[in-house]
Amino acid sequence: MPRIGVFVCWCGSNIAGTVDIARVVEAAKDMPHVVYVEDNKYTCSEPGQASLRASVEEHELDRVVVAACSPRMHEPTFRKTLETAGLNNYLLEVANLREHCSWVHSDKDDGTEKAIDLVRMAVAKVAYHEPLYSLSFPVTKRAVVIGGGIAGIQAALDIADSGHEVVLVEKTPTLGGRMAQLDKTFPTMDCSACILTPKMVDAAQHPNITLMAYSEVERLDGYVGNFKVTVRQKARSVDIIKCTGCGICFEKCPSKVPNEFDLGLADRKAIYVPFPQAVPNKATIDREHCLYYTRGRCRVCERVCEAGAIVFDQEDELVEIEAGAVVVATGYEQFDHSVYGEYGYGKIPDVITGLEFERLVNASGPTEGKIKRPSDGKVPETIVFIKCVGSRDESKGVGYCSRTCCMYTAKHALQTREKLPGSRVLVYYMDVRTAGKGYEEFYKRTTEEYGATYVRGRVSRVYQKGDKLVVLGEDTLLARPTIVEADLVVLAMGMAANEGAGDLARLLGISYDQHNFLTEAHPKLRPVETNTAGIFLAGSCQGPKDIPDTVAQASGSAAKVAALLSRESLQTEAQIANVNQELCSGCLWCETTCPYKAISAKTITERVHGKEVTRTVAEVNPSLCHGCGACLPACRDGAMNLLGFTHQQILAEVEAVWR
Amino acid sequence: MAVTEHKTEGAPAVTPAGWQPKIVAFCCNWCSYAGADLAGTSRLAYPPTVRIIRVPCSGRISPRFVIRAFQRGADGVLVAGCHPGDCHYSTGNYYARRRFLLARRFIEYLGIEPERFWVKWISGSEGSKFAQVMREMTEAVTALGPNRKVREAE
Repeated sequence: MPRIGVFVCWCGSNIAGTVDIARVVEAAKDMPHVVYVEDNKYTCSEPGQASLRASVEEHELDRVVVAACSPRMHEPTFRKTLETAGLNNYLLEVANLREHCSWVHSDKDDGTEKAIDLVRMAVAKVAYHEPLYSLSFPVTKRAVVIGGGIAGIQAALDIADSGHEVVLVEKTPTLGGRMAQLDKTFPTMDCSACILTPKMVDAAQHPNITLMAYSEVERLDGYVGNFKVTVRQKARSVDIIKCTGCGICFEKCPSKVPNEFDLGLADRKAIYVPFPQAVPNKATIDREHCLYYTRGRCRVCERVCEAGAIVFDQEDELVEIEAGAVVVATGYEQFDHSVYGEYGYGKIPDVITGLEFERLVNASGPTEGKIKRPSDGKVPETIVFIKCVGSRDESKGVGYCSRTCCMYTAKHALQTREKLPGSRVLVYYMDVRTAGKGYEEFYKRTTEEYGATYVRGRVSRVYQKGDKLVVLGEDTLLARPTIVEADLVVLAMGMAANEGAGDLARLLGISYDQHNFLTEAHPKLRPVETNTAGIFLAGSCQGPKDIPDTVAQASGSAAKVAALLSRESLQTEAQIANVNQELCSGCLWCETTCPYKAISAKTITERVHGKEVTRTVAEVNPSLCHGCGACLPACRDGAMNLLGFTHQQILAEVEAVWR
Repeated sequence: MAVTEHKTEGAPAVTPAGWQPKIVAFCCNWCSYAGADLAGTSRLAYPPTVRIIRVPCSGRISPRFVIRAFQRGADGVLVAGCHPGDCHYSTGNYYARRRFLLARRFIEYLGIEPERFWVKWISGSEGSKFAQVMREMTEAVTALGPNRKVREAE
């Protein structure tokens, strides 16, 4: 027979003000299996807890009901108290007399009646409580970082510096990501490559980092501490150990392809290194455009390669990595400009995006840093920047602010005025958002020192007229339409999630929002974790971010990973699903409802009437189960139960609503 | 005892004056239970008619709990979980939504007014919504009068 103790808390006057504690105590004494009842001014205080501990011992209590505030507040506190009193910490039930009763009702009779009901329900439930235990399981001390942009590089370096192994997986042939394409960085005007490339080299040379460039994650199995990540190492057609990166192959290669790194403003060859500072500095053959792969002959690169590094029959390789944690740092894409037909992008060659402008002003870009029009190479005199293209525009399905465009447009305007002092720079804007250290000062310099003109209003249309671009807009401060004849129009494109972000999220079992940005576990308090334990986020895959925020989040993720990997073992949840295999018919409906892939089929052999019978039953993996209980209503046999919230316990609570 | 006449299908029932319904609410731990907590911390008053049973997820609530509550004399039953898309366990409330669409038909089949059975999505930040739902539900169930249809012998 259970021996239940009930501890009713006054919470000062918080509960006692609306609930007649003495009546609750008297009522509790008559409840089934209750052998002891006491009340305390503050049960959570040290004297309150000490009294609870002493009473457990004195009255040989084996189950405890604390009638106090919400279990979401102090359940962990009282569980610890039980533990120190020598009881299993799951032999506790909390009746919520404060948030659900005294604070929402004012009539003392009503409040007391309800409080008695709540205590009775908790007593009825706790009678069915059984001791529960967590299992511990080991942690693989290795992390996989997906994405080799600045977020992934920073996270990998920080985790590696904390003494743990990291595998850095990058989809393209080189590290660097978007930041490598940028020219200068606001607000300090540091050269982007100058601050990024040393980090790329550090990452590649770090003794704890294994770099897997030109590779993609294909599968994720397992759970926190024990993931198995399957990575496809794509065939480069080049032996990266032999390749020296000398460049003779792409000098001689006859096949020209628009260079993705320069956004098509310049060409590369079919065998290529994306940009000179690429890490690893190894060639890759683009099989879609290589003459040998498309037409069956050429092999010039093979003939000229002195290292003998060309391997035409190289195949993709699947590599399995065991890891304890995963960081997702897959970055962003520029918003799809094709929905802005009114600005003529793609039809008018001199309407370019912000990222294309970065390549134009970059000293190692296609124009060697000279601002020239893509159409005729002419130096533009009037340049119009249009902000919020694919950002804060509900009509195009992007309600969110991309956060970076205000600042990079200010930077572009400043750079234009610096490089072309005679030019006229007009920036069409809705608002200027400069929330960041030194950002407002930078924007001020752009307008006041460098003389860029800001026009508040949106542009409705851009069209070609001769060799000029006519920009129709509105100055909402002066309340009049504007017509500008420009030479170059730059669209400050917003940031969008990667095209494959949703697929990746499903593959990893993490969630994503309506714009395909990956979702953090809590927007304020758990900004780098996902809802799947052991998987963390860094950078703009989670939402638009500038470089400082990206780096900060990457370091945050790394700190979380380091904390996880520094543990020897992890504990499973104690309140998890549990199969009664005697009742289970093996239909496995539970398996399909489980969001964590925690349920699998298991074959058991048993003796029935002297004969050996083999049958299938469901089995729960305690390391994967989160204890949601979705499998229970799906179970036709009543074989599945949820420890801590069993059918018997909940039905007992239902019954106890009526005395 | 003063009585007011109450009309339902079939035999006319009588509702004692000052009668208050009893409502059983199954609330998921992460959203609706937290929403009820927030109603408390915000001191948002609602009628003392509800008895909340905490479950980890609305996906854990078996329709048999609802039926049992009606059998024992609940005048109303509420199932409350996170908003679609916000489930702490990612998909539990979708299962709940489908299950209780069916359960509602079954409850109707049993002869219980379907207006006694509510399914609501209440997030952890919607304390005022929780209080509002409790006020509305109490009003609606009070108008229906006591649940006598499947109530077992008292």
